[in-house]
Amino acid sequence: MSSRVSRALRVAVVALLLFAPITGLVLSGYQLSIHWQRPLWLAAAVLVGYFTLSWLMQHLGWLDRFAASRSAVQPTATIGLSGPRPVWIGAAILFALLLPFVLGKYAVSVAILALIYLLLGLGLNIVVGLAGLLDLGFVAFYAVGAYTYALGYHYFHLSFWLALPLGALLAALFGMILGFPVLRLHGDYLAIVTLGFGEIIRLVLNNWVSVTGGPNGVSVPFPTLLGLEFNRKAKQGGVPIHEFFAVEYSSDHRSLFLYFLLLIVVALLILMVIRLKRMPIGRAWEALRENEVACRSLGIHHVTVKLSAFGLGAMVGGVGGVFFAALQGFVNPTSFTFFESAYILAIVVLGGMGSTTGVIGAALLLTVLPELLRDFSDYRVLSVGIAMVLMMVWRPRGLRQRRRPFFVIPAQDLPKAPVAVSQGVAEQ
Amino acid sequence: MMPLLTVHGLSMRFGGVTALHQVDFTVQPGSITALIGPNGAGKTTVFNCVTGFYRASSGTIHLQDEYQQAEGIDLLALLGEPLQWSDLWQPHRLSQRLYYKMFGGPHLVNRVGVARTFQNIRLFNELTVMENLLVAQHNQVDSGLLSGLLSSRRFRAYEQAAVARASAWLRFFDLLPEANRLAGELPYGYQRRLEMARALCTQPRLLCLDEPAAGLNPNETKALSQLILTLRERFAITILLIEHDMGMVMDISDHLVVLEHGEVIARGKPEQIQQDPRVLAAYLGTQTAEKGGL
Repeated sequence: MSSRVSRALRVAVVALLLFAPITGLVLSGYQLSIHWQRPLWLAAAVLVGYFTLSWLMQHLGWLDRFAASRSAVQPTATIGLSGPRPVWIGAAILFALLLPFVLGKYAVSVAILALIYLLLGLGLNIVVGLAGLLDLGFVAFYAVGAYTYALGYHYFHLSFWLALPLGALLAALFGMILGFPVLRLHGDYLAIVTLGFGEIIRLVLNNWVSVTGGPNGVSVPFPTLLGLEFNRKAKQGGVPIHEFFAVEYSSDHRSLFLYFLLLIVVALLILMVIRLKRMPIGRAWEALRENEVACRSLGIHHVTVKLSAFGLGAMVGGVGGVFFAALQGFVNPTSFTFFESAYILAIVVLGGMGSTTGVIGAALLLTVLPELLRDFSDYRVLSVGIAMVLMMVWRPRGLRQRRRPFFVIPAQDLPKAPVAVSQGVAEQ
Repeated sequence: MMPLLTVHGLSMRFGGVTALHQVDFTVQPGSITALIGPNGAGKTTVFNCVTGFYRASSGTIHLQDEYQQAEGIDLLALLGEPLQWSDLWQPHRLSQRLYYKMFGGPHLVNRVGVARTFQNIRLFNELTVMENLLVAQHNQVDSGLLSGLLSSRRFRAYEQAAVARASAWLRFFDLLPEANRLAGELPYGYQRRLEMARALCTQPRLLCLDEPAAGLNPNETKALSQLILTLRERFAITILLIEHDMGMVMDISDHLVVLEHGEVIARGKPEQIQQDPRVLAAYLGTQTAEKGGL
């Protein structure tokens, strides 16, 4: 109590010293008038204010909460629950499920785009955030996925449902092909090579006119659901879905279908990424990012670890590409420029490298905000740039820092001594 | 008794510089062997050759295998050797060489039972202490993608065993209270111990410690000596160490190998080494040392 009084008094004296010249001496014209009551009143207000505030903080536990939020560097998550509280997750799911019925058609189309970017962000997060491999050509895998569906349909009448796994596999394969030559590269050099790879894919798609249709692109049919089509009249030899269920035709059905399908895919992906981080392979990715030499000294083969990161990341990109093709109904190389790669990278960096929640937030922010601020669309890139600069200044680790898994070690479970090493030597 | 590690005629050249020249030494199982020598003598180069980070220019390094067969494991072969014409009519040998050329490297040396620490600590700074130790057990847990994603029973059992093993080593090194802290924010002395614990989590038979006492105060050094002795006695781990702290080296090691200018100038028990005129010359710089030079 007495310490609080003395602290409050000290604060009041400081306030008095500060306020005295500011409020006590008033210059009007060339006349300097002294108002000695003003600083006294203000200091008294500070004294009372400080006293009540510190009392409130102590008795209502505000202080503890404030202190706890400051020491956020400590790893705080518990096993299996590394992330936001279940309440928030439930609210997010509920919102996602109700969104089309509450906010209408336009919101759904924005949400679909947001989900695709979210997918891409999560994919790139594996490569950049977890494995620490700066990839500036991620859009290449996106293009591979999109063109797998487009060309697959064009030449082999590949359905969406077959294109989905095939596009993922093909993209993963391309990821590994890219991974092999860049195994020895780090940082800037890796970024340049991947940048080149992204451009190579785009230029091939642009110039191999006889196969890919070049800049004219390829048209893509809309996916079917168990053979039911989302068209007014059946075009792909199936039955239109509104006839099957005997309801009025509506073009909303398409976007609703795509929205919910994407929602399922994204949810599965989020679960997968959360699990991956707690698995040996995820730990190896992060360890590789931290120190490659140490990794190798511990028996981890850096080649397989890097390739798996490239492959899995690319795979997610490929899935995103298939969805993108299905959404647009048409693909051409102009959708796969370097700007897209940079945008996806911005999502990952803004969200906080490696943090799933952060990337989700950043993906939604960076796709929904430009839609809301259509009037300022000329400044879209500029504002992303400014946001990045501000981030680097204030929160260089992203909006949300990656939380570490927390291990509770029950004392009774401990073996008495570390497990003995191989028997052969121990017996000697 | 057959030596655990046999280094024979090891030479290492970096361009025109000969860092090691015809280095021979052995490490007996269950012993503590120390590599000493003045700065730049090539101690860390020997370490890097033994643990597979450098590919030796010539010579052989053999590790006795677990079943104590005559040959032992050729550590240099694990790194991938150049192909030779004679391989053409030995398809088995050829395929083996090709395999190691593609997939070989220091990680294989670790998997046959050689673990190491580094002179400048190399921890995974952004990972917690526990995670550092779990990464080290990568080859002992179920690292399959599917079993992990589905969290199979086998996967969970392996993970739990890994956490238990890591906890035991943490307790041994008195780091258990720090299990959930980030490795990068630990004090220096703790980081040194954590690096040793991490190397031990790979279940090595030979532990190579590169200047484990560097930067520790006399008390910490004493505690470290005790830990190393305990490691040898309780867990039958053979230790090869580089150290500049002569007091510690003389106290704990059974066998010393002295390097100077990339050559072994003496080897033997600590008492012998302390009397050896060439060693004294190398360290104190008398006329004998000059003779070999210019």
